[in-house]
Amino acid sequence: MDKVYDVAIIGGGPAGLSAGLYASRGRLDTVIIEKGRWGGQAATTEELENYPGSIEHPTGPKLTERMREQAEAFGTEFISDEVVGFDLSDKIKVLKLKEREIKTKAIIIATGAQHVNLGAPGEDTFRGKGVSYCATCDADFFTELEVVVVGGGDAAVEEAIYLTKFAEKVTIVHRRNEFRAAKSIVEKALANDKIHVMWDSVVEEIYGDGIVEGVKLKNVKTGEITDYRTDGVFIFVGTRPVSEFVKGIVDMDPKGYIITDSEMKTSVEGIFAAGDVRNTPLRQVITAAADGAIAAISAEKYIDKTFGQ
Amino acid sequence: MLELNKENFEQEVMQAEGPVIVDFWGTKCEPCKALMPEVERLAEQYKDKIKFCKLNTTENRRLAISQKVMGLPTFIVYKNGAKVKEISGADNCTPEAIENLIKENI
Repeated sequence: MDKVYDVAIIGGGPAGLSAGLYASRGRLDTVIIEKGRWGGQAATTEELENYPGSIEHPTGPKLTERMREQAEAFGTEFISDEVVGFDLSDKIKVLKLKEREIKTKAIIIATGAQHVNLGAPGEDTFRGKGVSYCATCDADFFTELEVVVVGGGDAAVEEAIYLTKFAEKVTIVHRRNEFRAAKSIVEKALANDKIHVMWDSVVEEIYGDGIVEGVKLKNVKTGEITDYRTDGVFIFVGTRPVSEFVKGIVDMDPKGYIITDSEMKTSVEGIFAAGDVRNTPLRQVITAAADGAIAAISAEKYIDKTFGQ
Repeated sequence: MLELNKENFEQEVMQAEGPVIVDFWGTKCEPCKALMPEVERLAEQYKDKIKFCKLNTTENRRLAISQKVMGLPTFIVYKNGAKVKEISGADNCTPEAIENLIKENI
């Protein structure tokens, strides 16, 4: 209770783990608090071939596990708990967790983003019964079955490719007539015999009897509704920031992404933000890691300036 | 926690007396593995009130699908051989939600 950390990092994904590595390597007393799974969203993706140096076995769980070990090797501490409140009235900030309180000189918010729902009827009903947001978690169930992937960004197309290792047929349903995903991924997907694409289409409804049996698709150009039999629906239609818990404390954009400058400073002195949770033009493992490094160095400068050495 | 498979599922879950909770997990399900220490803790805490089991769906896919489980993590409470309540998905299956699921059914 009386211990004062130099840096408390909220979130144990690539941004938080990189911040932990840089901060603890800079001899700052560092703790990372994670409320769920370590490794963040990256820990749920198998296809991770765009992080430099991760060509062989580029899986999210392995990469993030190594990030954690590396931060730990330099002395970063880890706490599995959730931040539920703050006391920022003093220079020494207090983080209120469910189980305890943490005192710290600087805070780095690296809570990332999480998937958004499609909002189609049946989505909630069939959660865990064919509707999924995590291909690595659930792909096994669809061995030799047929699945639909909804979305058109990197996540949707990459996970569709991953799902072809299990499913007999993978249909990507996308509301536009071209993908937003990186060209190399798109080429790989379109060359895969198991992948089919329904362009200009949206999922109107997910139906079934106990488990998913099909979807109703609507062509956004013609308005035509078709019935499409499928055993699973994987939804990758975007993300939203996990920033609710700091609403009213740091400035955010209208979507809830935390506004920072190029040094990862937020509107509050001594509070920094890194990774997917901030207003960044790219949300990838590499940008999260870079943000984490910058945030750690900025926190160090802030501590030197504010608390002396 | 009791490990379930297709040989013992019928006897340990469907024929069991009193409430049974099953943690459906898989070897590639990171959220499931992250939850496991909390689940073990709850299993210990409520061991006199509810029978705690886990089922590795990677090794028992057909059994899981027969229980209409096609997504992880999933927690199901059974009583007298019937499903009573279930929760599914990483953001729904928090330690608090699992504890509530237990409390509501003991």
